[in-house]
Amino acid sequence: MLLGLQKRGKKRKPSRPNPFLGPPLKCTSRLREIMTKHYFLSRYAKGAMPIAWVSSGAPVELLRVFDFYTVYPENHGALCGAQKMGPEICQEAERHGYHSDLCSYARIDLGHAFSGKTPAGKLPRPDLLFCSNNICQTILYWFKELSHYWRIPLILFDTPYNFEDIRDSDIQYMADQLEEMIPTLEKVSGRKFSQKRLEQFIEIGKDSSRLWGEVLATLKARPAPMTIFDAFVHLAPIVSLRGLPVAKEYYEILLEELQDRVRKGIAAVKNEKRRLLWDNIAVWFKLRDWSILFAEHGCNFVAATYTNAWVETIHYLDARSPFESMAKVYSLVILNNNLKHRLNLMRQMIKDYQIDGLVIHSDRSCKPYSVGQYDMRRLLAEDLGVKAVVIEADMTDSRVYSEEQTRTRLEAFFEALENE
Amino acid sequence: MSDMDYFAGVDTGSLSTEVVIIDQDLNMVAYSIEQTGSDPIAASEAAMDNALSKAGITRDRIKKIIATGYGRISVPFADKKITEISCHAAGAYHLFPDTGTVVDIGGQDSKVIHVGPGGKVLDFAMNDKCAAGTGRFLEVMASTFGLSLDEMGELSLKAKEAMPISSVCTVFAESEVISLIAQNKPRENIILGLHTAIVNRVWNMAQTVGIHPELTMTGGVAKNRGVVALFEKKVGRPIHVYKEPQIIGALGAALLASRS
Repeated sequence: MLLGLQKRGKKRKPSRPNPFLGPPLKCTSRLREIMTKHYFLSRYAKGAMPIAWVSSGAPVELLRVFDFYTVYPENHGALCGAQKMGPEICQEAERHGYHSDLCSYARIDLGHAFSGKTPAGKLPRPDLLFCSNNICQTILYWFKELSHYWRIPLILFDTPYNFEDIRDSDIQYMADQLEEMIPTLEKVSGRKFSQKRLEQFIEIGKDSSRLWGEVLATLKARPAPMTIFDAFVHLAPIVSLRGLPVAKEYYEILLEELQDRVRKGIAAVKNEKRRLLWDNIAVWFKLRDWSILFAEHGCNFVAATYTNAWVETIHYLDARSPFESMAKVYSLVILNNNLKHRLNLMRQMIKDYQIDGLVIHSDRSCKPYSVGQYDMRRLLAEDLGVKAVVIEADMTDSRVYSEEQTRTRLEAFFEALENE
Repeated sequence: MSDMDYFAGVDTGSLSTEVVIIDQDLNMVAYSIEQTGSDPIAASEAAMDNALSKAGITRDRIKKIIATGYGRISVPFADKKITEISCHAAGAYHLFPDTGTVVDIGGQDSKVIHVGPGGKVLDFAMNDKCAAGTGRFLEVMASTFGLSLDEMGELSLKAKEAMPISSVCTVFAESEVISLIAQNKPRENIILGLHTAIVNRVWNMAQTVGIHPELTMTGGVAKNRGVVALFEKKVGRPIHVYKEPQIIGALGAALLASRS
């Protein structure tokens, strides 16, 4: 549903206009074009450009200086999830001995590496692996497996967890790492480092993240001009094309369209009665079903901690001190920050976006994101009186998701909202 | 009598289907219980016909019907569908107005519901994607012993000590039980161990919504006296159990039908 990259199996029914949803965003076709091109060109990148596989929270601005063609396994995992290929590709990894309790993005990526299965046609084999443990520790071991399998270098950007306040010594430690990466990046890419180019990419990256923040902020309007389910899809450029002009240009036109919808009062959910906040990664294989289900109940997701993660720390980015500022931007992200921070962030979002209810996805794959959710739910319900429901699922592996159990939970949540 | 309005609730669960008919003064006029089997539509039709004949009225006298339970979407004659969470809260509150917490252990899931004034749902928790801690768990175990669920409950009351059952998985717990039987451990002690395992599991879930006095137990498992006794031990005082605990979801549905 994210991209019609390759027609598989039985033909999809064309999506008919839904009576509960507003008109679809015009920008979606442009997004599809950009992302299709991104994956399509990657097939021909081998030999022409150095190729890196990058984790979602890695400081990619530095790679841009060396003209790396970047592929994001997490974005590819989301794509597989949306195309409902999660279980099939996960099983390829399980066949090689990887346990089903391992993150499903990791299993999809490893399963793809072993079998070549992907809805994107073909992904280019990387020359370099680049990750940061600011999102989880699994990423390091997962990329180590790939590094071992393909015998290619792996660069880790190690970000100390922020328990209270970031220390100067931590910033120095991280900035030093970034500088130390340069010789390896030069060697793998065959290109020279340029401080000036780094500054340029930082500026573009900063602009696109800021625009993404403005895109999300349009959802403060009542009724909101898009839903978070749309935002999950329109997130792709900021994840995969961050630092490139195409991402910035895309968010300029998306922002314009959304501002226009706000002016004209065009609602994403026709009868927006309740406004909800989503916590954790999207459940990619349920995106379409749920966007209809919630709309039927007059509920619109207008905010998510997940989509916000690509805006949250961007104000630290500063081309005048690239390494120190990147250290802050990448180490203070939600998953590398303490739970008190997360609680305060959610509290603020509930106020800013006039939230009536929380839907908390307890993601079987993503332990760092799912920890503390029951406590946060209780504290937010006590303090702010918001209704909350926890649903147990996975971002891509539908085998650990139970449709009936979840439906009952969600319907009881709707009943509780309606009885308010 | 002849101008009396009636309302009905249908609770189509994974194991059994119940229908409750109430009159406009909220008196229960009739109820029926059928096995759901593989055809929830047929089971709900049969339960409805049965309840109607007990009540001595025809279908057209029922003003509104609400369906609940897992099969609620397949009840063809329902006017509205409401989750069993709201229905159990409404039913338990009607029978025991001091209810603060409902523990419902049904065939396929277990729920803990925090009930507020008027039987409103304030919060709830449900078991995750696993049958441990549900009626199905006890059913599997009962068939391992060749006992009925009621017999299992009675037997556990005679136990001297609970055999620890370490596995939380129904399938693995069954193999654990088989190995305990092979070791000639007293049946009643093994059964008490199983009941303790299920109660501990539900109790842990209850902590997430908090235990609010008084506690009412609903669902078929509430007929098991051994399980009820263990819950009473946890709470430290008697808990409410209606004589037919499995019809409370259907009763709640009928009550909600009368309100809307």
